[in-house]
Amino acid sequence: MSVEFDRKIHTTLADANLQLAVYTATGRLKEKRIEAVSDAWLPDYQELRTQAHATKKHAIENLDYYLEEFERNVEARGGKVVYCKDATEVSDFVLALAKARGSQLIVKSKSMTTEEIDLNERLEHHGLESVETDLGEYILQLAHQKPYHIVAPALHMTRYDVAEIFTRELHVPNETVPEKQTLIAREVLRQKFLHADIGISGANFLVADSGAVTIIENEGNARLTTSAPKIHIAVAGIEKVIPRAQDLAVFLKLLARSATGQLLSVYASFLSGPKRPGEVDGPEEFYVVLLDNGRTKLLPDRSKRESLYCIRCGACLNICPVYRKIGGHSFPWVYSGPIGAIITPQFMGVSHEPGLPFASSLCGACGEVCPVKIDIPKVLLELRSDVKKSEAREGQNRLEKWAFRVFAWVMTHPKIYELAGRMAGGMAPSGDGKWIRSVPAPMNVGPLKAWLSERDLPPSPSKSFREMWRNR
Amino acid sequence: MARDKIISADNAMSRDNILHKVRTALGRSAGQAVAPPPPVRLRVPEVPMEARIASFITRLEVLAGKAVRVRSMDEAREFVAAEIAGKTAAASNAPYLAECGITGLPGVRSGIRDLAELREVCAHVDIGITSADYALGDTGTMVAIASPEEARLMSLLPPAHLAVFPKERMLTGLDELFTIVPNPAEITSSMVLITGPSRTADIEQILVRGVHGPGQVTVVIVG
Repeated sequence: MSVEFDRKIHTTLADANLQLAVYTATGRLKEKRIEAVSDAWLPDYQELRTQAHATKKHAIENLDYYLEEFERNVEARGGKVVYCKDATEVSDFVLALAKARGSQLIVKSKSMTTEEIDLNERLEHHGLESVETDLGEYILQLAHQKPYHIVAPALHMTRYDVAEIFTRELHVPNETVPEKQTLIAREVLRQKFLHADIGISGANFLVADSGAVTIIENEGNARLTTSAPKIHIAVAGIEKVIPRAQDLAVFLKLLARSATGQLLSVYASFLSGPKRPGEVDGPEEFYVVLLDNGRTKLLPDRSKRESLYCIRCGACLNICPVYRKIGGHSFPWVYSGPIGAIITPQFMGVSHEPGLPFASSLCGACGEVCPVKIDIPKVLLELRSDVKKSEAREGQNRLEKWAFRVFAWVMTHPKIYELAGRMAGGMAPSGDGKWIRSVPAPMNVGPLKAWLSERDLPPSPSKSFREMWRNR
Repeated sequence: MARDKIISADNAMSRDNILHKVRTALGRSAGQAVAPPPPVRLRVPEVPMEARIASFITRLEVLAGKAVRVRSMDEAREFVAAEIAGKTAAASNAPYLAECGITGLPGVRSGIRDLAELREVCAHVDIGITSADYALGDTGTMVAIASPEEARLMSLLPPAHLAVFPKERMLTGLDELFTIVPNPAEITSSMVLITGPSRTADIEQILVRGVHGPGQVTVVIVG
């Protein structure tokens, strides 16, 4: 585990207000989801999960076919598909388009994919104004922060934090009532919507047989982003493609329920191409950016490629005992929680944060709630193995290797084992059933010290099992 | 669309590279056919019209929307007239609204075919009136299909959205919608499912309505 990861975790654990905020918010989302997928509301929930998994599996296993079908259908409706290998290619494309059209102001709706490539920062670096319009994302943009949670980006903030940010950045009077804060944001952003030349959205699904992007939201900012400006650019990872519009009947039912416990999100937009003849409003130009940015690296491995089935509902974050304690900003990349723990090492390389696949209790809850049945715990184990292999290649963890060799030797020699047991028993304090909370000096050194700092030990019994067996 | 070179040679190269990487990783070759995808899963339940309508009203009310039922188009017009009294309103070009006489009500801006005018009007009126192409009984959802008759901004910019449609458009749910409209792209550039008022819970998970879209949604079901 890197020093940075360790430090962020400890900072979060030490912040009582933050602990309460994260635990309460995720707890609420978790409970709502449980009700929304219960037999009373969705009796065929498990069948839908199976269908969603099978559909995603099929789409990913034939990804090139569906990407080309999607591309043909977008172009047949007058849109354009732009393939980009990385962040630079996306921003270069947007910059070139903005320059050609003389555009200065861009409105953005929520998209984890654009967070992944720091699109706002890149565009602003080149003098464009790119404004987040989802309320949570807007607050974060003003505060120069990254999303705390895939679905609820500002989950860690209080209304007082928001008041401070608005006062500082928007020069408005201090306002701590969420309804009024929302109105402040609405007024500011409404003007942005009406004056922007370009709207950039994400996409929850790319529908191959229609050449359509599907966008799920509650606020209406994605609808405004995609219908008020003259140009709509949807940015999506290549893994978002599904074969048919009819598959949406399955995915729409699962997504909102898993994310926020709603039966359906307030808005689900199905957008295919620019506005058609006779339509009064809608974009005149329609682009879909298909981003690789490391996704193709996940494809060769049959079980790890399941990570690409993710529909970004956030259910695994809300149920995860680790996420609920260490929070979203402890994670080394924009994707947090169990899904972040499996995609970050695969996108960035396992050495980016070797501790990440180990930051899990492997309780399996994430796999159980996943609406597309990604076997997250299994992928975590495989990544742990990858980390160890990579460390071995780099000649790291010699000590660990040596320790396991000694351990193996002791375990296969009964006499030595007994002797070792007696020595350890002699060093550790004995007690009558109480836990030992602080370990005496000889054992409390080096790697053991860090390990023991978070753990209590059972006292050593006065007689070992072997002794009892002999004297029975 | 302007025919200029926005999409660079790099993008064209990236296209080929990405597709090549995908095929290599999956062991596929260019143009290779695929096995059929899993069969489509659409289950349309048998729900009587009255039950669909009752469910729609319940679901929308849970979301703090309002749904009323009227017996005739005349009653619909009277209801709308009362709703907009003392307020400003605009109506879409949906033929059904004209048939109900709603577009002819005093104080209702209608017949807008110009983009600048549409934006100006929608940004300032209190109520946007539209019809709905379909409704989904099990979730309280309206289906808005963009067309020359229905602009997108009419149900989006004004702080209140009022929708009027005949009960025959009430479907059971999503599965029936995607059975009737298997590929929305064939009929429209934009199909939006609207389920209740715009909302957010981004600040301390406190529910606030009307963040960007309408905070009030009123539905009039005719028949």
